[in-house]
Amino acid sequence: MMKKNRSLREAASAIPFLLPSVVGMIFFSLLPIVISVFISLTDWDGLAALSLGTLAERFIGFGNYQNILGGEEFWRVLKNTCYYIVLYIPLVLIASLGIATLLNKGKKGTAVMRILYYIPVLTSWVAASLIWKWVLSSQYGILNQLLALIGIKGPEWLTSEIWAMPAIVLASVWKDMGFFGLFLTSGLASIDKTYYEAATVDGAGRIKTFFKITLPLLTPSIFFCLVMALINAFQLFPQVMIMTEGGPNGATQVMVERIYNYGFRYFKMGYAAAFSWLLFIIIFILTSIQMKLQKGWVHYES
Amino acid sequence: MNRKKTLHNIGFYAIAVLVSIVVLIPFFWMISTSLKSKGALMALPIQWIPENPTFSAYEKVFTRFPFMRAAFNSFLITVSYTLITLISASMAAFAFTKIKFPFSNGLFKMYIASMMIPTQVTLIPLFIIMNKMELINTYPSVILPSLFKAFGVFLLVQNMRTIPDDFMEAAKIDGAGKFKIYRIVILPLCLPTLATLCITTFMESWNDYLWPLLMLTEKKKMTLTLALNSLNGQYATEYNVLMAGSLLSMIPIILVYIIAQTQSKKGSLEGGVKG
Repeated sequence: MMKKNRSLREAASAIPFLLPSVVGMIFFSLLPIVISVFISLTDWDGLAALSLGTLAERFIGFGNYQNILGGEEFWRVLKNTCYYIVLYIPLVLIASLGIATLLNKGKKGTAVMRILYYIPVLTSWVAASLIWKWVLSSQYGILNQLLALIGIKGPEWLTSEIWAMPAIVLASVWKDMGFFGLFLTSGLASIDKTYYEAATVDGAGRIKTFFKITLPLLTPSIFFCLVMALINAFQLFPQVMIMTEGGPNGATQVMVERIYNYGFRYFKMGYAAAFSWLLFIIIFILTSIQMKLQKGWVHYES
Repeated sequence: MNRKKTLHNIGFYAIAVLVSIVVLIPFFWMISTSLKSKGALMALPIQWIPENPTFSAYEKVFTRFPFMRAAFNSFLITVSYTLITLISASMAAFAFTKIKFPFSNGLFKMYIASMMIPTQVTLIPLFIIMNKMELINTYPSVILPSLFKAFGVFLLVQNMRTIPDDFMEAAKIDGAGKFKIYRIVILPLCLPTLATLCITTFMESWNDYLWPLLMLTEKKKMTLTLALNSLNGQYATEYNVLMAGSLLSMIPIILVYIIAQTQSKKGSLEGGVKG
């Protein structure tokens, strides 16, 4: 009896510590998730007041999902995202590996470089998008001017259907490489130095050491970057909104941009909610696949 | 041997400088443009360094938009958001790791699972909830979601798990209550993690775009990113004004980052001594 009382008192003492967080979870996560599922099953327009009655009246089952998956737009938007991913992921990984290698040398000036390379990460996407929109201006921008110096006529970046997405990739790699770079630096720093000593004794060259020791031991960090980069790629939004608004001719339309426009410009709330759940399913499946595949290439030190 | 080392050094700094140039050129272009007059924007060949530098673009930023007000809003929102995240997340993490209560594991699993759901899924219902609570165009609409940051709780739980329970025994014998133990014993030992969480949360809130865009539509309530966004809507071709605004919006966060960097180094040292 005494014991039960004490464990009860112990449990009760957890309440004040959990209260803010749990209240937040109920109102800003749990409840919205449940409501979102219901809305995605209706053709609610966001104008009629929301209640269980309106939702029941507007119920259309899986109609939204059928329309989205049966239409051409979803697949086109998915293709645009894949185009982004295919360019963005290798570029950002290589760039951040390069930065990490530089920072890990520990030479003079590393502290300054750490801050310099992080400035793009600190910049808001709104400011970064505006800067890049102007850098990429085909006539007055600095990039095409630089290209002209080496004899290349730069394309009309943001108004060309072919080049608009690569332009957004360029800005994204520039902005994100410092973040992943610093993350990989801490990964590099945690590699046991004795491995390198052993490699030197065995007479292994720099390149061999990099591919046989550094890269395999860095795979857990690279894996984390890959998962994060892929999730980020599917949530691509502000740079598209400000640099191209999904144009030219829909060439840079992506998932979140569609969700925003359907929900808050065209007031097709049900459709937008269904779209967002499809986004979740895609991210979920891809992350699960990555988790499965990691056993094949990620080396965890035991 | 020595010559080889010098060569390596030259190679290293050559690459470091090259990377720095790639990173900084857009910022150089931003600063250069912000000092140009409207006419100089479209001058060809382009002026790398403005021939007649002027501050007129900066004046325009301040007169066309209540920029100082926006900076104040950004600070108020970001500081409250960060503080609430740190307090709420560390309290929850304390309960999960140092207090035994039923369904502790299940609840924690729910926290982890919620991290999988992209924020876009909750966008529309959250908008409706804020609308129902008549919070649209108020600061709390942007601040309150900070109560629940699963990532922060997760990060701190990982950290607090490594703190042995013996540390709390001495305080318990002295008759300290749960809250005192949390404040005096546990929090100081988590300082480095708290500093990391502080920087990432501050950045996230300061640079947030989509959620404030939906919540704060009144000019008086807008944050710096929204101010910049609306400048872009009104003066889309006046890049000198847009670049001046971009530069101004970046300065505070860069300062905070540099301060936090030096502070967190101090913090981790102190934590180490006390531990």
